[in-house]
Amino acid sequence: MSDPITLDHDEAATARAANAMRVTIVGAGVAGLTCAHAFAQRGAQVTVIERKSGSGQGCSWYAGGMLAPWCERESAEPLVAELGFESLDYWRREVPGVPAEGSLVLAQARDLPDLKRFSRRTEGYEWIDGARLGELEPDLAGRFEQGLFFPTEAHLEPRKALAALTGRLVSEYGVTFRYQSDVSSEVYDPASSSAPVDDEADVVLDCRGLAARDVLADLRGVKGEMLVLYSTEISLKRPVRMLHPRIPVYIVPRGDGHFMIGATSIENDERGRVTGRSLLELLSAVYALHPAFGEAEVVEIGADVRPAFPDNLPRIRRRGRTILVNGFYRHGFLLAPALARRAAELAFDGTHFPEVMDEDRREW
Amino acid sequence: MDAYTPHTAADPVEFYGTQVNSRLLLGTAQYPSPAILAEAIRASAAEIVTVSLRRESGAAKAGQSEPGKALAGQSFWQLIRDLGVKVLPNTAGCKTVKEAVTTAEMARELFDTPWIKLEVIGEDDTLQPDVFGLVEAARILTRDGFQVFPYTTDDLIVADKLLAAGCEVLMPWGAPIGSGRGLNNPYGLRSMRAHFPRVPLVVDAGVGLPSHAAAAMEFGYDAVLLNTAVAKAGDPVKMARAFALAIEAGREGFRADPMEARDMAAPSTPVMGQAHFG
Repeated sequence: MSDPITLDHDEAATARAANAMRVTIVGAGVAGLTCAHAFAQRGAQVTVIERKSGSGQGCSWYAGGMLAPWCERESAEPLVAELGFESLDYWRREVPGVPAEGSLVLAQARDLPDLKRFSRRTEGYEWIDGARLGELEPDLAGRFEQGLFFPTEAHLEPRKALAALTGRLVSEYGVTFRYQSDVSSEVYDPASSSAPVDDEADVVLDCRGLAARDVLADLRGVKGEMLVLYSTEISLKRPVRMLHPRIPVYIVPRGDGHFMIGATSIENDERGRVTGRSLLELLSAVYALHPAFGEAEVVEIGADVRPAFPDNLPRIRRRGRTILVNGFYRHGFLLAPALARRAAELAFDGTHFPEVMDEDRREW
Repeated sequence: MDAYTPHTAADPVEFYGTQVNSRLLLGTAQYPSPAILAEAIRASAAEIVTVSLRRESGAAKAGQSEPGKALAGQSFWQLIRDLGVKVLPNTAGCKTVKEAVTTAEMARELFDTPWIKLEVIGEDDTLQPDVFGLVEAARILTRDGFQVFPYTTDDLIVADKLLAAGCEVLMPWGAPIGSGRGLNNPYGLRSMRAHFPRVPLVVDAGVGLPSHAAAAMEFGYDAVLLNTAVAKAGDPVKMARAFALAIEAGREGFRADPMEARDMAAPSTPVMGQAHFG
């Protein structure tokens, strides 16, 4: 082959493309798209196959989009926070409109023990009083005496973020998207080294979320329900978590008067159905945060099922030339970029990541 | 961490004819993950776990005539079954007799057990049992072949009516569910023990610390049921083991026939025969 330096630009690009790793990614949720980015950045020629009609329309559609590793540290394993910091940097670097306003954790006076407990389990916060809360969020002035402020955290709008990422993948990296493609187990056989999903692919990435349960026996579904409210009577700059012994909720401001309220967490893999009880609980909790939410318009209610392994930690597994990236549980946006980078380094460099690879098969 | 192993000879307790060696009944809600839940159960050597069945589990969907079976394949339930422990399903969060009875029926189908921990909640802030609804639901369920473990208060008359309704176990609260306040009314719990010397009694709810569980066992209670104190501890596995140790200590203390408390000091070394100086 000719020395690439002597070729003109177009020829060099053609030569690169000819030698590029060909990668087929199944699933255009947050896992698939961040993987597409990580592989494309390394020069791979990437095709994304998705059964829905667009990007991010599965579980990612209903995500809160909080980039809050310190807050998650309260109940999640330290690994989630570690991966979360990496992902927080990624989103702020790669996607426009990721406000780094921090996050707030509040509790009603009767639930102060929960706030104290929360504070003991994590770091990266300051205790704030009612006056400081009023400075941070004027509309919450006088409503709470104490709270925790995590200044380094951020949040994003999942749907916009994934649309932006999809746009970049197409325009900057020439990634091909094939929507409404059948990716059921009949056409996709990860156990086979010649998976018929794409005979030309060097690597197949399975980013199907819960649908990958046909090949990941220990994957389970954890249902989450959410709603979107619209109100012009209140504005918030940052996500607020309201602690409650039974009904913890969070409110993520989405801009233009929209607020995402989430999310239940139910050991159940039923998609779609939102119950009266869940709605009642989410709404009562958010009403307790501010009565303006009682007058808000209900714009959307939704539910989907998060994929999780028994320890609620993410995994990268290999089956022949297929790499499976899954098990993000409640932390899709917080984990995906960190897992995507690892998946790419595994494929390109053979790097082993014991923290997320529980099946130790170092040979490639 | 090593799993807890009892240090004493077998000292089983019997519920509805079923003998178990562990006197710790563990709830399965609110753990950081199913993996940690499983490890906590192993570490404590608990043999009975309670499982709450939220009705929204898809069961109420129209057209599903066998809601329990529809759920049976789901991962979380499978995981619980795989632990090899006895499952005591509960009717947590039910506020009416009808709701509790329906949930109990679903649970029986799903877990294939006549056992049911019966909760009929009367009020949201204290999660206090509605004792009137409780007695009524207990009567209905017992008649229907259930073996009912009623979550009740320490009221003796309610206890009597539950026994009359067919319950063979009583589970009085220590304090409101999830409060971690311990045994709010030691007098009430002791007098319940004294009134019902032969009925298996389980302190259920409100236990926050291993010492609370030890105290209940020292009163002569047969077992302790708890959930939040373990699930919400920083290290649930370690706390599960701590409770198992405390329950064993309390039980052994009770069986050893403790001394009576007295108002004045009583020298623990004999004074008779001591040398007199000066």
